[in-house]
Formats: sequence, structure tokens, C-alpha cells
Amino acid sequence: MDDVLGGLALLFVAAAATAAVLNRDPARQALVLSLLGLGLAVLFTVLQAPDVGLSQLAVGSAITPLMILLTVRKVRRIGRGRQAEDDGKGRSR
Amino acid sequence: MSRRFRLCVLALGLLAFAALFTAACAELPPFGGDRHPYGDRAVHAALLRHTANTVSAVNFDQRALDTLGEESILFASVLGTVVLLRQTSDEHRTVPKPSPVPDRTRRYGLLALPVTLLIGLYVVAHGQLSPGGGFQGGVVVATAVHLLYIAVDYRALERVRPLGPYEIADAAGEAAYVLTGAGGLLAGAAYLANVLPYGTFNTLSSGGTVPLLNAAVGVEVAAAVVVLLARFLGQALEIEGDEDRGEGKG
Amino acid sequence: MSVLPYLVAGWIFLVGVYGMATSRDLVHAVGCLSVTQSSTYVLLLAVGYRKGGSAPVFSDIEPGSRPVVDPVVQALALTDVVVGATVTALLLALVVQIAKRHGTTDPDALSELKG
Repeated sequence: MDDVLGGLALLFVAAAATAAVLNRDPARQALVLSLLGLGLAVLFTVLQAPDVGLSQLAVGSAITPLMILLTVRKVRRIGRGRQAEDDGKGRSR
Repeated sequence: MSRRFRLCVLALGLLAFAALFTAACAELPPFGGDRHPYGDRAVHAALLRHTANTVSAVNFDQRALDTLGEESILFASVLGTVVLLRQTSDEHRTVPKPSPVPDRTRRYGLLALPVTLLIGLYVVAHGQLSPGGGFQGGVVVATAVHLLYIAVDYRALERVRPLGPYEIADAAGEAAYVLTGAGGLLAGAAYLANVLPYGTFNTLSSGGTVPLLNAAVGVEVAAAVVVLLARFLGQALEIEGDEDRGEGKG
Repeated sequence: MSVLPYLVAGWIFLVGVYGMATSRDLVHAVGCLSVTQSSTYVLLLAVGYRKGGSAPVFSDIEPGSRPVVDPVVQALALTDVVVGATVTALLLALVVQIAKRHGTTDPDALSELKG
């Protein structure tokens, strides 16, 4: 039973890691990363490491993706601001 | 360096790593094997010191100096983030408008907040007994505070989260760890030595200095995560650069 | 099953490094770095696992009654999970600064800026 669950968790983690890397859009990548964090937490629990599973659950599935999403939002706002500035300059010329 | 050439170098490196790593895997002790000399000794040492959660015993007793290093990395990166994400003179703050929150979300959030906070504190306090400890519990406590943002709005979060005290708490956690370690020197033993009485096995006060160091880390991690998220939220929602004002003009 | 966990750890590492090296967006690269980091946790915990062992916590089992898995590797992985997240935060803060100064987060465009 543990073997099957462990094997499944391993394969899920490998797949989620691959998906997280291949998703080139950072906002979507953040969602896949939180799935990966969840999968890792399950895997660690199956490997009898509840301590690590707990911290992975809190950090990997919540904090890191949230920070990435906030960064994406900030970077997009900067990009939009620059675009508006460029447009403004073009019009005034 | 052209992109194509770079990819070739990368492929070479990845293939070489894959080959060497696979070869090394064959020589590693088989997965699930019975021989764990370090683990067995660590468990033995933890039980001698009356600490039920051996992982905490390794973190805060046997390898306490290593944890001090880890904690200092955490402290330094929080410091760096605060400096990098501060409001500069050419930026200004706008308070985001409150947006209506669905009743169900609000009710769930306000219910989950105290429960999550309690779980976090429990996890920190029982680090020496059951799975958990300062690192995990600290993150849970910090997450609980942010449920307020989901349930009510950003301004409510800002009201319960005056950043100054959290920044001080972050430093205080680090200082408490260092000073507890120095207590070992005062008692005539080594730095970070476990000099307190070990207490009764499987009770809250067992483990000597483990609960103290655990609590110090809990305070530091909780404060650190709150400060980090506050800086990112501030940048994403509040702080606008000068160029952002162009939007209004155009 | 005997080497699968090790191979999975190696695969996660390779995929993460590939993602970082070919990334066109620094935020994405930081995400790939956290993927790469998680490979070390998988490897460490796989090395410490003992078949039939339980978690190394004696609050509800009698000491010595059952074999337990290795707590040392767990302690190593546990601290790094949390500390790694704050380092990720520092890197993301650097990305925000780069976006502010140069208006782009594409590493290729950034190296062109330098000339």
C-alpha cells in the first residue's frame, strides 16, 4: 500500500516539476508550483517525514506561489506604466 | 554567445550530469535499506535528552549551530528584501479601493483565522513533542494573519499588521537564539550546549533548551514571513512609480 | 522501486536547471530554481527512508519498539524548505528592482542592454 502510494506520489512530483518548468507564463507556473508543493508534501508524509511535509505544505503550496504572483503583478504594472509613458511621449512629439 | 551554442553547452552539461548521476544511483545504498548509522545515533542522543521529536532534537540541540546559520540566512534575506522593496523617493503610495467580499468568503475567512492562528501556535509550542516546530508553525501563524486580507480587505490587514513591531520581532527572534546559545557559555559548557534540565520525557517542558530555541525560531519565522509578504503586497498593490502616473495623463 | 526515488530527484534537478538556463523571463527562472531546490529534498529523504520504519517522533510510540527513519536528513530538509522560501523572496525582490530599472525581465534583452 505504502509502496503504491509512494510510487504514485513520486511520479506526480516528477510530472508536476516538469509542468512547472515548461509553463513559460509565470502566473500559470505559480499555480503549478503550488500543485508541486502539495505533491511534495504528500510524498514526504509517505516517506515518514511529517515535519518536512508540514513545512513544505505551508511554504511550497502557499507562500512561494503567492510571492511569485505578486511579483508578476508588480512587473506587469511597471510594464504597463512604461508603455503608457512611451505612448504619451509619442503623442506629444 | 549565440543562443544555439548556449543550448549545446547546456545539453552537454545536462547529459554528462544525467550519466554520472545515474551511475552514482547504482552505488547508493538501496532505497528503504536498513543501515542508517547517523540516524540511529541521532535517535539515541535525542532520547537521552528526553526530546520526543527527534527531528527537533537534531535541529535545535545536536545541530543547533547549523540552525543558527540557517536562521541567519533567513534574517539576511529578509533584510535584503526589505531594502530592495522599500519605497524610493520617486514613488508614491495609493491606497487600493476596498472591494466587496462575498459573504461566504468573509464568514469562512473570519472563522478560519483564529483556528489557523491557534494551530500555528500549537505547532510551534509542541515542536519538541510532535511533528512541527518553529519553522513550520511560524509560517502557519503568518499565513493566518493574511486570511484577514481575503476575508475583509487590505486596509484591515494593514491595521492589524503595523510593520515596525514585526520587524523588531524578527530581529528579537534572531537575538533570542544567539543569547540562548550564549547561555551555554555562561553555564561553563560550549556555545549552544543544552545546559537546562531535560525534564520529563514527552511533556511540554522536556528537552532542555530545545523549546526555547524552537520558540525563538517560531517568532523569527512568523515575523519574517509577515514582513516579506507585506513588502510584496505593498509593491504589488500600493506603491506606484512615477511612470505609472503616465496612465492618467494619456 | 529501489532506485526510482533517486532517479526522480535527478530528473527534477535536470528539468529545473534546463528551465533556468532557457528561461525568457526572470520570474519564471526563479520558479525553476525553487523546482531545482525541491530535488534536494526528495534525494535527502529518499536516502533516509527505511522500509517499514515510522516517523522519528516518539510522542505516541514506545522508544525502541519500532524502527524509525533517519531524522538527520529530515532536519536538513526541513530548515531549508523555509529558508529557501525567503531566499526566493530575495531573488524576486531583485527581479522587481531589475524591472524598475530596465523595464524588462527578459534575461536576453538585459544582456543586450549592457552592450
